[in-house]
Amino acid sequence: MDFVGAYAPAHLKFLLEGFVVTLEVAFLSIFFSFLIGIIIGVLRYSRIPFLSPVLAVGVETIRNLPLLLIIFFTYFALPEVGVKLDKFYAAILALVIFESAMLSEIVRSGLNSIEKGQIEAARSSGLTYTQTLWHIVLPQALRRMVPPIVGQFISLLKDTSLAVVIALPELMNHAQIINGQNVNYVIPIFLLVAVMYFVVNYSLSLVSRRLEHKHS
Amino acid sequence: MFKTVWKKMIGLGLVAMLSATALVGCSSETTTENKTDNKKEQAAETTLDKIKERGKLVVGVKYDLNLFGLKNPQTGEVEGFDIDIAKGLAKKILGDENKIELKEVTSKTRIPMLNNGEIDAIIATMTITEERKKEVDFSDVYFMAGQSLLVKKDSNINSVKDVNKKGVTVLTAKGSTSAQNIRAKAPEATVLEFENYAEAFTALKAGQGDALTTDNALLFGMAKQDPNFRVVDETFSEEPYGIAVRKGDKELLDVINEYLKEIKANGEYDKIYEKWIGEKPKQ
Amino acid sequence: MLDYSILIEHWDMYMQGFANTLKASVLALIGSFAIGTVMAVFRIAPIRPLNWIGAAYVEFIRNIPLILIVFVFFVGLPAIGIRFDSFTAGTLGLTVYTAAFIAEVIRAGILAVPKGQMEAARSSGLTYLQAMWYVILPQAVKIVIPPMGNQFINLVKNSSVLGVIAGLDLMYFGDLISSETFVTFDVYIFVALFYLLLTIPLSLGVGALERRLAKSR
Repeated sequence: MDFVGAYAPAHLKFLLEGFVVTLEVAFLSIFFSFLIGIIIGVLRYSRIPFLSPVLAVGVETIRNLPLLLIIFFTYFALPEVGVKLDKFYAAILALVIFESAMLSEIVRSGLNSIEKGQIEAARSSGLTYTQTLWHIVLPQALRRMVPPIVGQFISLLKDTSLAVVIALPELMNHAQIINGQNVNYVIPIFLLVAVMYFVVNYSLSLVSRRLEHKHS
Repeated sequence: MFKTVWKKMIGLGLVAMLSATALVGCSSETTTENKTDNKKEQAAETTLDKIKERGKLVVGVKYDLNLFGLKNPQTGEVEGFDIDIAKGLAKKILGDENKIELKEVTSKTRIPMLNNGEIDAIIATMTITEERKKEVDFSDVYFMAGQSLLVKKDSNINSVKDVNKKGVTVLTAKGSTSAQNIRAKAPEATVLEFENYAEAFTALKAGQGDALTTDNALLFGMAKQDPNFRVVDETFSEEPYGIAVRKGDKELLDVINEYLKEIKANGEYDKIYEKWIGEKPKQ
Repeated sequence: MLDYSILIEHWDMYMQGFANTLKASVLALIGSFAIGTVMAVFRIAPIRPLNWIGAAYVEFIRNIPLILIVFVFFVGLPAIGIRFDSFTAGTLGLTVYTAAFIAEVIRAGILAVPKGQMEAARSSGLTYLQAMWYVILPQAVKIVIPPMGNQFINLVKNSSVLGVIAGLDLMYFGDLISSETFVTFDVYIFVALFYLLLTIPLSLGVGALERRLAKSR
């Protein structure tokens, strides 16, 4: 093992560059999957004829597939049907498809956890269905959803590493390039990369715990 | 960084809508609409025009192959034989060898990336084969390689016959001609295929296989990188490398072939060859 | 229309991959259940250093990517002379990763058993381990069955990382077929169907169990 050689300044800089891409991909994917996840979750909760069952089938299918397969799919298979995306967007699209399905389930079960009595009370005091959903149900449900949603974001950040299979220049890809130079770098580099993921994700989980305590 | 993030955000608006509609299950109409619109606009424009317009040639190269295309983590630069050929091509088309953007490809991703429009051409140790000719158009041969084996210094493997045994594991990369060749030449061996040669070489170094097979040109680069390994003398196939462009990109292909003829005539090719391979090209 | 010839011609490869995916998932489930139970007991045992070990394991592993752990087994450990073949390395990586999640599931299950039971068992003369094994764990198991089912579904999906280290699973063979035939769309759809063949029945089963448990409470 060669810790000194592995942690040469140029290598550290190279890893950081990769980490920036990891964070960029994660940030953008979180943003869009959060939006889409809420929309799908609410639509399924609302039991709209035809639409909700179709969404249910779509969400269940995606939730039961490996993310890795979805990444291969958006990058290698979509071009065959005319949708052409570069690595960066193909990775994000795959993450958004997968994570918004996961998030929509969290949103739906969060909404379901709100007592029906509250909805009836709001409706009988003159609010429309949409108003009730927007002002009464959603705010409470979102608060309850904070811990699982943060958990999902942590998964998402970890999952960006799967884009290593399409050679997206993120953290894992850069780590493997350095590892390719010398076998003695492998363990030190993996250790450092693990710590980088850990620091960000563990901080996220601490924030989530604090939020949880505040609300309970 | 944030500027680029915002630019990407806008681009992603489309992607997000696409995925949303894909989830709803009515994506086909919207996407085909966009596609035909784009096609109309671009119909008159060739790839060569586009390269000149944007003032930059985008080439797919390997990032993990010593001597041909290797990203040096010390400098962040990509270097190698293929890179010098690509830079020369940029100079030929745009008058400046720095008017170039290199993108990483693997054996598996290069054809999809070319057909995606992500890159204008592939210069990535790509063997010209009949099967691939159905997918892309190739230039004249710019490098002649042959498939061989990389083994541990003290290994007793000296020929492809020595790996044609049960219990011998040979490593290579997915989507390469090497995988098909070795299956035909050594049907008894176990062949494991990785995403790229870097992963395969890392696996070989970790003792996950007895030999790594691909073109000798690449193997020399690996042996140079790690002197614990040597290249077996025998080659058991001919691997002519060509530059690939999208099917029908005749204008670009003509310029590439003209460029290859030029550098072979004026000695520039020999210089690049000697710089990386360490000897004069065999005639 | 899907090209079924690509399914039929490469049937053996799909089947070998499918069998290995199932095998890796089941082996990893057994392994991670064992490690997960130990870690869960560590976390709640009345011994401080054990608590720390349990917490450190769970928090560290949960917050790093699976593929990193798999790479450690495949190319990291060989650097110090410990070598596994690709399938074993992948399965071990899956086991170590999943154990952290299963530890949390089991811990929650144990904590859901009323405290009084442990006290009662202890005061009737059982040691801590005996009380845990005979009284608490059997009750906890019932509570943890549905979340364990979810972990198994995750395992089946996550086993696809074997494909990255040539682990001979469904993902690996699917990827191989597509790069040999240049047909990607259809091949990946077939691969997806094989995964769904495993995960959808599991999901439905877990859902049914959850509903039954919710009713019985």
